[in-house]
Amino acid sequence: MQTRTRPLKLSLSGLVTAIAVALSLLLPTAALSADEPSPDTEQWAGIRQFLFADRPIADNAGDVVEIDAPFRAEDAAVVPIGLKAKSDQTPGRYIRKMWLLVDKNPTPIAASFELTPESGRADIETRIRLEEYTWVRVVAETSDGQLHMARKFVRAAGGCSAPAGKDMEAALARLGKVKFRLEGEPQQGKPTLAQIMVSHPNNSGMQMDQVTRLFVPPHYVRHVEVAYGGKVIMSADVDFSMSENPNLRFYFLPSNGSGELTAKVVDSKDLVFTSTLNLSKTGS
Amino acid sequence: MAVFGRAYTSIAALAAAMLLTAASMHPGAVDEVAPGVFVHIGQIAEPYRDNGGDTSNWGFVVGERCVAVIDTGGSQATGAAILAAVRRQTALPVCAAIITHGHPDHLLGLASVTGSRAGFRAIASHRLPAAVAARTQTYRALAQRQLGLEAAPEIVVPGEQVNGEATIDLGGRQLQLRTWKTAHTDHDLTVYDPSTQTLFAGDLLFVGHTPVIDGNLAGWLAQTAALRGLGATRTVPGHGPVVDGKGWQAQTEYLSGLRDAVRTALRQRMPLQRAVETIAAPAGWALTEVFHRRNVTAAYSELEWEDTD
Repeated sequence: MQTRTRPLKLSLSGLVTAIAVALSLLLPTAALSADEPSPDTEQWAGIRQFLFADRPIADNAGDVVEIDAPFRAEDAAVVPIGLKAKSDQTPGRYIRKMWLLVDKNPTPIAASFELTPESGRADIETRIRLEEYTWVRVVAETSDGQLHMARKFVRAAGGCSAPAGKDMEAALARLGKVKFRLEGEPQQGKPTLAQIMVSHPNNSGMQMDQVTRLFVPPHYVRHVEVAYGGKVIMSADVDFSMSENPNLRFYFLPSNGSGELTAKVVDSKDLVFTSTLNLSKTGS
Repeated sequence: MAVFGRAYTSIAALAAAMLLTAASMHPGAVDEVAPGVFVHIGQIAEPYRDNGGDTSNWGFVVGERCVAVIDTGGSQATGAAILAAVRRQTALPVCAAIITHGHPDHLLGLASVTGSRAGFRAIASHRLPAAVAARTQTYRALAQRQLGLEAAPEIVVPGEQVNGEATIDLGGRQLQLRTWKTAHTDHDLTVYDPSTQTLFAGDLLFVGHTPVIDGNLAGWLAQTAALRGLGATRTVPGHGPVVDGKGWQAQTEYLSGLRDAVRTALRQRMPLQRAVETIAAPAGWALTEVFHRRNVTAAYSELEWEDTD
């Protein structure tokens, strides 16, 4: 048979596509919001009690923090999530902690991030696994001790998409490789985007081998810490809700366009992976 | 919404031009594409209640002694339809079921085909059990929801495994089984009947149905030459009509086009979500609305490691 195909094009006018997508999502809003259930889920009640007890939480706190998540998890194993602060980190007022919470995941506390004024911006992008229709939340604790929440409802993937990794042997073979790089030109005193990628299968340990009836042992990244000039600017406690090959995009405040960023990654078997980024060498 | 328009156009074109005659839309209908080689072309759709999971291709090959079934469709009902279809062609027993990979639309029928007789073998790649184990709960819940079943169906995993090449003797007819490096999945297996030069490619080949990356895009493209080089004059894809040697071209264009677009996005330091929103699906494929954005995601998270080693 002949199907006619056009080569895929990376359109420079991606904006147009994005607007078209946004419009097409807006039109059937009434129908879509109908399948968006109440955010007051049983799971949330449990998480809330466990993490925050009776402390008040400002819901829909769009003036402090927002969450970016796709309408649908296209690939259950890799769902991009963005936690976005509405203002820069200053010594006078900053976000000191953010939790990424996924109501319906087996371990709903996907990650918690500790941040400082030297983080520059409390923006984190990462990727999670997600197999069910669920609320995804960020709760931010500002330096005055107040809690602020933003949330988004994400629909499960279609097809036979599953949260497991796609090539288990390859993931293990490359275990522990770290890619650490700047995403922007470092400028003194301006929040600069960096990315850390860790090659790791991030196994949940909840999978049973059908033949041996044995559980695959858990093996996942549990801690990521980034320091600049010897001072920790971002530390994250994470688990297997993170996608295979955990990936974090975050900000820091460079001084003089120099200094060293160091990353330390610890997994559930206490294997430690480190990486260093020398700013004076990356600038060109 | 243009995407949906394209998909429907494409389905209509397929239905009109291909082997999707009214007869072969029946869940147990088969065509004898070569002497003793029978093929059922499933619907190009996601599994759901109305199609009963009949959304993938399956077939069987008849030897002098017994019959081998290749893939089993996406439900226990398709498995039962396969056994009935075999009965309509021959009284010989089914001695093997060969599973090309562990996706539920190819595997769930095995529960009905298996155990049909002593000496029956169910065969798959040596890496299938681990892959299915990691996904069992997801697949069972998905099948229950999509097919509207009262209970989540049991998943039967083939007990016999191939790593590399193997041969099955059906009596006067030998089938060649071969596993591949990670491509559509990390456990793809093909079945070749040299006597009729017929290749059952499983989901290493999609025709009309958007290809789905659940393994490794670069590996899939790299092995396509070897797949084409097997010498088949006739290839049964996992989805879509039977094709000749030229039937691989469209898929290669889709996959290489996707690879190139994602590499460009990575060079431009475009974040994942923006790449997903920006890289449009090419025309001519059905079900892009379900699978294309997912393919961009998979390709991106694979290719971002490309220059590491």
